[in-house]
Amino acid sequence: MHGPLIETLARQGVTRRTFMKYCATLASMMALPPSAGRAMAEAMASAPAASKRPSVIWLPFQECTGCTESITRSHSPTLEGLIFDVISLDYQETLMAAAGHQAEEALHAAMAANDGKYLLIVDGSIPLGLDGAYSCIAGKSNLDTLKEVAKGAAAIVAMGSCAAYGGLPHANPNPTGAVSVSDIIKDKPIINIPGCPPIPTVITGVLAHFLTFGSLPELDQHGRPKAFYGETIHDRCYRRPFYDQGKFAKTFDDEGARNGWCLFELGCKGPVTYNACATVKWNGGTSWPVESGHGCLGCSEPDFWDGGGFYKALSMPADPLKLAGKAAAVGAAAGVAVSFVNRGKKSAAKSAHETTTLADLEK
Amino acid sequence: MNEIQLLTWVRGPGLDIAVGIFLLGVFWRLFEIYSLGRKKDLSASRSAAGASGWHTIFRRSLPPEGMVKKSPVSYIGGYTFHIGLAIVVFLFAPHILLIHSLTGLSWPGLPSQFIDLAAVVTMAAMVVVLVDRINKPVKRYLSTFGDWFTWAVTFLPVLTGWMAVQHLLLPYTTMLALHILSVEVLLVVLPFSKLFHAFTLFGSRWFNGQVNGHKGVAV
Repeated sequence: MHGPLIETLARQGVTRRTFMKYCATLASMMALPPSAGRAMAEAMASAPAASKRPSVIWLPFQECTGCTESITRSHSPTLEGLIFDVISLDYQETLMAAAGHQAEEALHAAMAANDGKYLLIVDGSIPLGLDGAYSCIAGKSNLDTLKEVAKGAAAIVAMGSCAAYGGLPHANPNPTGAVSVSDIIKDKPIINIPGCPPIPTVITGVLAHFLTFGSLPELDQHGRPKAFYGETIHDRCYRRPFYDQGKFAKTFDDEGARNGWCLFELGCKGPVTYNACATVKWNGGTSWPVESGHGCLGCSEPDFWDGGGFYKALSMPADPLKLAGKAAAVGAAAGVAVSFVNRGKKSAAKSAHETTTLADLEK
Repeated sequence: MNEIQLLTWVRGPGLDIAVGIFLLGVFWRLFEIYSLGRKKDLSASRSAAGASGWHTIFRRSLPPEGMVKKSPVSYIGGYTFHIGLAIVVFLFAPHILLIHSLTGLSWPGLPSQFIDLAAVVTMAAMVVVLVDRINKPVKRYLSTFGDWFTWAVTFLPVLTGWMAVQHLLLPYTTMLALHILSVEVLLVVLPFSKLFHAFTLFGSRWFNGQVNGHKGVAV
């Protein structure tokens, strides 16, 4: 196997065997057949020389840069990072050296040179309030920028919960009128990679899929790749046996917590959250929220900020008994009122009753 | 409305409304029924009427002699689904958690695999008694809309709960929301339908036994 990538990798001390292993892992993680690993490796290895690498444009909108942080920090010297050597990341405000007019030039040059072929990554929501004045780049509102750049994109990746669903800015009462990418762009294939932030491996997996097959992977009803968002955190959680046994941590420092029991009672949203944290884990497979002792917040689900308290168990409702006394009192009053009506009917029937005498019968 | 919003609604305002109507209805109906009163029976009681009442409460929980053989489906099916419902509702860990969070009362639960079995047996028994009700001409003749309706609102929470746990048909979140919603429908319907027997059953049995005892037929 030869190609520009293999040569680049070799220069950086990565062997062909390591590269093949990486592709096989990526393929199996995405539940693709074993042959896909090789197909991926070949597709990536034979990627054209540096000048023709697939162009990727990354637009940051109303966001916290957490998604960028997530990806840069975890992949940094690993093989995942090298995937970015295969693509040409032409615009990424946080990572690019250029600034101001130079950055804008790079954006427009990439758009013109790769019209209809570049991959657009968006992180952050798009504010519609005050004509989009809440978030502007280079004097243009995010809405205008998105429409302009999306026009020539082959596909769009909505990175993080903000781009995918509106996220935190979209939380009630949504002061900026934040919306997701899919609320605005209707005519392009969009893949949502939600999470706050999303798992880095998921984005590289999707990129590899796009490069190999030229298409987006299979998506669920929220536009998420099924390979990573196909199962709930709860179903893949290593603490699941404790849930089945009814062993729950009651506080964050009790014996149950120390024994690593289920965090359901402490508000874990694992049962309703579809993500790959439990299997792929974070920071190069080091750990993940539940393993570190905190319940899942449900960050890859729409409107998770408004989904009730983070520390309230899923089966625990708001407070239905707060009206119990009043409901019982009103019910009792209604019952008493009806009983008076009934008694009235009874006595009316009694007084209307005519006694039949022997004389009546003989008439 | 997405599934998380639906779940949030059924766990929040939806449950508030359902529990409110349930409590209101229960108090209303109990006051209404017991305030009807009875005419005082001026005759001398022929046997210990009160004791007869208590005896009837117990005795009518047992099938009369020969009746199990005569209509096995009614008795065995009836017992099975009532006991099954009690197990599934009161001994499933998440249900106990809910009751604990509301009232502070708690008790040990059963393993979820056992609850799963109980749910399947309960549903099977309910289907059998329904088929029996449809097949037997007398039962069908005596059945009204109220019977079919209460069967459905009792069956749905068990079915949706089981399907949620088993991850069948719909995503867990949606199924859980539908499960809670079906329970809320049950709560709202219960005080105003035949299901109110859950509250009036023992009281009416006591009255029957007491009246019979007074007349000298202590049973």
